[in-house]
Amino acid sequence: MALPLAYNLRNLWTRKVATVLTASGMALVVFVFASSSMLSEGLKKTLVETGSPDNVVVVRKGATSEVDSSVERWQAHVVEALGQAAPSDDGSPLSAREVLVLVTLPRVSGGVSNVAVRGIGRHSAGLRPQVRIVQGRMPRFGAREVAVGSSIARRFAGIVPGGTVRLALDEYRIVGIMDASGTAFSSEVWADADQIMQTFRRPVYSSLVFRLSRPERFKEVQAAIEGDPRLTLKAEPESSYWRKQSELMAMFLEILGMSLALLFSIGAVIGGMVTMHAAVAGRTSEIGTLRALGFGRRHILLGFIAEALILGLAGGLAGLALASLLQFVTVSTVNFQTFSELAFSFELGARTVAESLLFSLAMGFAGGFMPALKASRMNIVEALRTA
Amino acid sequence: MILLKMIVRNALRRPLRTALTVAAVAVAILAFTLLRALLAAWYSAVDASSASRLVARNAVSIMFPLPISYADRMRHVEGVARVSYGSWFGGIYVSEKNFFANFAVDAQSYLDLYPELVLPAKEKADFLRDRRGFVAGRKLVERFGWHIGDIVTLKGTLYPGEWDFVLRGVYEGKTRTVDETQFFFHWQYLNERLKDSFPSMADTVGFFMIGVKDPQSAAAVARSIDSAFKNSRAETLTESERAFVLSFISMSEAIVKIVKVVSLVVIAIIMVVVANTMAMTTRERTGEYAVLKTLGFSWLSIVMVIAGESWFISAAGCLTGVIAAFPAVGFLTTKLSAYFPVFFIDAETVALDVVVAFLVGTVSMVIPSWQTCCIRVADALKKVG
Repeated sequence: MALPLAYNLRNLWTRKVATVLTASGMALVVFVFASSSMLSEGLKKTLVETGSPDNVVVVRKGATSEVDSSVERWQAHVVEALGQAAPSDDGSPLSAREVLVLVTLPRVSGGVSNVAVRGIGRHSAGLRPQVRIVQGRMPRFGAREVAVGSSIARRFAGIVPGGTVRLALDEYRIVGIMDASGTAFSSEVWADADQIMQTFRRPVYSSLVFRLSRPERFKEVQAAIEGDPRLTLKAEPESSYWRKQSELMAMFLEILGMSLALLFSIGAVIGGMVTMHAAVAGRTSEIGTLRALGFGRRHILLGFIAEALILGLAGGLAGLALASLLQFVTVSTVNFQTFSELAFSFELGARTVAESLLFSLAMGFAGGFMPALKASRMNIVEALRTA
Repeated sequence: MILLKMIVRNALRRPLRTALTVAAVAVAILAFTLLRALLAAWYSAVDASSASRLVARNAVSIMFPLPISYADRMRHVEGVARVSYGSWFGGIYVSEKNFFANFAVDAQSYLDLYPELVLPAKEKADFLRDRRGFVAGRKLVERFGWHIGDIVTLKGTLYPGEWDFVLRGVYEGKTRTVDETQFFFHWQYLNERLKDSFPSMADTVGFFMIGVKDPQSAAAVARSIDSAFKNSRAETLTESERAFVLSFISMSEAIVKIVKVVSLVVIAIIMVVVANTMAMTTRERTGEYAVLKTLGFSWLSIVMVIAGESWFISAAGCLTGVIAAFPAVGFLTTKLSAYFPVFFIDAETVALDVVVAFLVGTVSMVIPSWQTCCIRVADALKKVG
């Protein structure tokens, strides 16, 4: 018969101080583990949801993002002439020539940062159904007007509807605030592409975006664009384009988080070991009694391992509870890859929960195994004598 | 004296527990040191920047170029000693994972303006003579195993095409805050090719580096440069090199904050672990301390025994951690050079380690001491285990 779970729970309860201290050490480690994983998940989610799989982004071959891409007018024309774009409500092809520039704006918190300004075409908004105007309206074409993303409006100084923002040498009126339900477009400023190209004296577009009329034929469209010797362009589904923009930074966050958590876990595991060793040492005669009552070595081993696992799990749950509070926090920083400001939040997904709990159980096990083994190997007679 | 003996004996009574706790403290101190090194790495470029240099860039954003013709006009601004210029090339070596900074610069003036890049005279002359030549930092050269005379091909991202360069020199930093992972080649080489293939991008530079005659007047010089180009097609924004570097760092401020929070968390973890050990140790010895009290030891001396043991453990852990940190940093320098070119431990960090260890030792003894002092001797003697 195995040792009842209640026995372990009561033991942990009796040594309240040690239990609480050990579990909180593990909780802090799980907190670091969970929060870094939440951050990188949040970044990925923000950028993955930004792109829709039916849209195609065409940029210059060799460009890593729209920022360093250029598409000539005639090239855009050739791609549009392929006629692969789905029709919009009014029958014209759902396709937009866009230009992306970075400008430096002052942050509310002091300092400056790079903000992406997207010059849009008539169908840019139609291609991104997640973008909604929450205040005011979209900029008119042919006018020096901008709509700003909600994350930008919140974090940058002087960005208020009705106000103006200076882009290069021109003043643009802020006519609307748009929200893109937490995707990267919430961290952009939108204006008429032709106005932006004039203001920044840029003769070329950055990208061409269109919705595929038949998404299943993407490969053919891609081959037609990339195989055309006149065009030095590449085509990519919008979703994979945006996912790639998250890779470098997500990897950095993950590596940083994982190495910290692993390093810190050594400390917490040792803490667990100290506690479990003390628990075993303090209960030597008790273990002797249990053995004398007929509990086998295996039961003692499993019993103490169970106790360590409970300790780890308690820490894991506490750490997760603490980390889950971070869901209300939004981080805004410069994405290394696009070199522009991006707001994203901590994202608590099922994977993070499962991994954190497994991690905490592993810590409990690592801390408890040696002491448990020691307990199971005790000689009955000697153990009983130590009382 | 007798107290000291008791402290040492007590600490060594359960060697396994003490060793484990010391190890935990060591790991935490190691982690703390590495995090501090990481933060220092973030700010290293600020320390490396000079007060007598200004950086001028396009006022719109760093992504927009300035015409090369500005160089002559800048040289005539009052207080300007030297002008150099360059562009961020953004080339990729084999794969994107091999990231390092690469710039096209006006070689002669750039090396004059940056005396902290130390280059043997012969290599410098070779580099200046060869239009396709480049110089790279020692760490970068070691990372890819290049040798002088090797041809290195970069794939352009901003400037399309494949670009071949010949390694002509390896520079070392005069101080250790100098980034030794950079790659410099001739701006003229870039410009010649652009004239053929992308004439619209030719004759432009990403930034001007300006050496001023008198660092005191740097701010005034910056203002007069900007006013010289006011209302032109490309307005300039001139700031000290330090401010320029800081503006980059402030962009990733959020991450710096996270690292700071995390380094506090690690301190909390050690405190918890050591406090746990001390609490357990004291609990086991409650009876002994009661005996000591009965024998006439004052409460103060008992607290001293507990505190001494706590400090002993944290000091041992601190020492181990600091000793382990140096090889660890050496290892990480090679691994992380793509993200952090400069990575080292400064004296301040070591001092902080000691402070942290002392704090941990102090906090950990509070609860056990309080418990021991409060308990009545009779109760303590009665208590078992």
